[in-house]
Amino acid sequence: MEKVIEMRGITKIFPGVIANDNVDFELRKGEIHVLLGENGAGKTTLMNILYGLYQPDKGEIYVNGKKVNIKGPSDAIAMGIGMVHQHFMLVHNFTVAENIILGSEPKTAFGFKIDYKKAIKDVKELADKYGFNVDPNSIIEDITVGQQQKVEILKALYRGAEILILDEPTAVLTPQEIEELGQILKNLVKEGKSIILITHKLKEVMNMSDRVTIVRRGKVVDTVNTKDVDMDTLAEMMVGRKVNLVVEKKPAKVGDVVLKIENLQALDHRKLPKLKGVDLEVRSGEILGIAGVDGNGQTELVEVITGLRRATGGRVILKGNDLTNRAPKEIIEAGISNIPEDRHKHGLVLKFSLTENAVLGQHDKEPFSKGIIMNYDVIREHAKKLINDFDVRTPNEEVHAGALSGGNQQKFIAAREITKDPELLIATQPTRGLDVGAIEYIHKRLVEERDKGKAVLLVSLELDEVMALSDRIAVMYDGKIVGILDADKTNEMELGILMAGGTLNKKEGEHDKQ
Amino acid sequence: MINNKTKNVAFNALVKKAIDVLMFPLIAILLGLFVAVFFVMWAKNLGFIDGTATLFSAIWEGTFGKRANFIETLVAMTPLIFTGLAHSVAFRTGLFNIGVEGQFIMGMLAAALIGLIPGIPAPIHVTLVLLGGLIFGAVWAAIPGYLKAKVGTNEVVNTIMMNFIAMNVSNYFVKGPIHREGSASSKMILESAQLYRFLSPSERVNVGLFIGIALIFVIYWLLWKTTIGYELRAVGLNMHAAEYGGINSKKNIILAMVISGAIAGLGGAAHVAGTIHKAHQLVGFTNYGFDGIAVALLAKSHPIGVLFSSLLFGGLNSSARILQKFRIPKQIVYIIQGIIIIFVAADYIYKWLKEKKKKEAIKNA
Repeated sequence: MEKVIEMRGITKIFPGVIANDNVDFELRKGEIHVLLGENGAGKTTLMNILYGLYQPDKGEIYVNGKKVNIKGPSDAIAMGIGMVHQHFMLVHNFTVAENIILGSEPKTAFGFKIDYKKAIKDVKELADKYGFNVDPNSIIEDITVGQQQKVEILKALYRGAEILILDEPTAVLTPQEIEELGQILKNLVKEGKSIILITHKLKEVMNMSDRVTIVRRGKVVDTVNTKDVDMDTLAEMMVGRKVNLVVEKKPAKVGDVVLKIENLQALDHRKLPKLKGVDLEVRSGEILGIAGVDGNGQTELVEVITGLRRATGGRVILKGNDLTNRAPKEIIEAGISNIPEDRHKHGLVLKFSLTENAVLGQHDKEPFSKGIIMNYDVIREHAKKLINDFDVRTPNEEVHAGALSGGNQQKFIAAREITKDPELLIATQPTRGLDVGAIEYIHKRLVEERDKGKAVLLVSLELDEVMALSDRIAVMYDGKIVGILDADKTNEMELGILMAGGTLNKKEGEHDKQ
Repeated sequence: MINNKTKNVAFNALVKKAIDVLMFPLIAILLGLFVAVFFVMWAKNLGFIDGTATLFSAIWEGTFGKRANFIETLVAMTPLIFTGLAHSVAFRTGLFNIGVEGQFIMGMLAAALIGLIPGIPAPIHVTLVLLGGLIFGAVWAAIPGYLKAKVGTNEVVNTIMMNFIAMNVSNYFVKGPIHREGSASSKMILESAQLYRFLSPSERVNVGLFIGIALIFVIYWLLWKTTIGYELRAVGLNMHAAEYGGINSKKNIILAMVISGAIAGLGGAAHVAGTIHKAHQLVGFTNYGFDGIAVALLAKSHPIGVLFSSLLFGGLNSSARILQKFRIPKQIVYIIQGIIIIFVAADYIYKWLKEKKKKEAIKNA
């Protein structure tokens, strides 16, 4: 078969990391080729090189058999390579058509004016050809994330892309939207396009691809035909050892209500309503998972509970204690621990030592301090205990938190928050960007806390994670909880419908949408 | 045994950190002197060896070589300890308090005013003078601190404006109510308000120096051994994480400004009470507050470092006079200071770039 892309011996070194180490990669015409690897394995770096965003330190690239030197994205586009990034690059107050033509606008006869009529016609034709269901005249901020992604793909096609690179395209989609994307990709391949898909999700590899190249720590492990392998084999190749894909847990022993949220409302950073009346209960001995597409109010909900954002209405009650709009300090003291979404921004002071980070949130409590005087001997012992108990890999407790790997940073934060022995443990995206080993470990500790009778509130964008850990799943859509389901009595399709704002017929109309 | 091991680990980390921290400032100083040699060669038409010899002997004589000069070095160093510390506290909390100059002036004014009140016994009078300076400085810094915390105005802009207000407020009093006829300054403060000159009444070095040195250790203790310092530093390094940890960042921004201003004001009061015994009419700024920026930068905002960098800058300032005796333009001193700061700044830029590159690498790997 004809090779459209061939990358030979690509090496890219960043200070302190070899992102790509002598990588070979090829893409055949008309195939969907997955680049599979854990976060930080070097997948995105390799594709950024192909798209001209980085220059390789070593290695050669061939496009359609010709050796090329890609100096920037404009070169790549000229060669028919298009890339859809994980974070979309769209102008939010422009229409779909305006976004698609941006940078290569059709002009009227004298070249002074943009020919919008032609633009809209072109976009419509293109969308119809590949079965995209988008209106060229809608404004970007009014359409769903799934549709925005289609606009990104159309943008690449409009520029004449024959080769499409999609970076983690399913991260922001509901299960139904993922299926739709799969169909679109198949249509594109039928038209002779070739597609590279970057992902770390095994299920998508199995469903969508023809071939897989597995990358681990900057090196290619192997390239295989998808139909010749199964998920377990792929997981093992990706991680380098046998992996347990399911979380083991005993049935929940559910107790009293620990956290009660009533009709909670709040604004987002643009002062627009983001939480529109959230009702929720978390009981001791259970993990309540919140599922939802990114941006439906999950982050704001956790911020309001932990006191970092003001509620404009409603109440947050912990064991009968009204905590609404109290200071973060009082909320911590009341017994809420939080493994935050962004460990660099919220979880750690990166330039503090681990010792200093070990008491963040408790630094003014005995035995760590008395009056204003801190007792560093006790604090150091505490830090050592956290490091030992949670198997944090670090030379010692005096190094800066920033010197640790992401997985070890997260373990350290989990250690600190769990060791506080809280009434309620909140974990927001607790495994984002971690390798499989660290994910397994964090999951195990969360289940342990639940078994000890703690209430655990898990917020995650990874539906698999929510389904694997939770006892009950609350689906959040447009600032409301639109359904609460038992984890063992539901499935991905049901959750997907709710995540997209739909309703389940069998549910009573309590949470009806419009 | 375990405790011993911990101490070893801590000690090794400390040594490594010390080398890491000290290397750049030392290189910066050496380079500054080295470049200055070329200016001396050019100005005096000397060879490299003669130029080096002339410059170094002049600076040596001007700073430590003679008793009188050494005393003047200590005198010049004293206010820089205060202003350097004031900047360090602000830097550690992520603030740039350019208003140290104005807070220093307010401290001087407080001392010049309170120092005139008759009939107070000496120890109480001196204490009142220092306390007055401390409060004037603290209030002067609290205003922009409060505005930053509550309204979000930029402390750099506000403190610069506060500097000019301070200068004019001071001039109003010095030219008006407390003006001494036929002079460009205020009346002499009473003897009971003066800080003790421990060598002799005519030699200007005074216990203000020891107050400054003691303050260095107080600030070190405050920053690294107390919850107050923990919170200030946490806010300075990562405000979001601090708030997540229950630390009120607004309160700490105001507190940092108040502490910084109090130190500067105390320095100003000690300067009047110990060294000059009156407040001068100000045509321009005293520059002690601005030189403090350089002192704090070279010290990497570390209180102990302030001791050495204020000695260096104080020494260079006091040797400027002596250089002229050697027919070296005194501007050479400022060239040296400038070059040191450029290299220290280069270190910051270098670290910033390294950090940025590292972050990008992590993001894109």
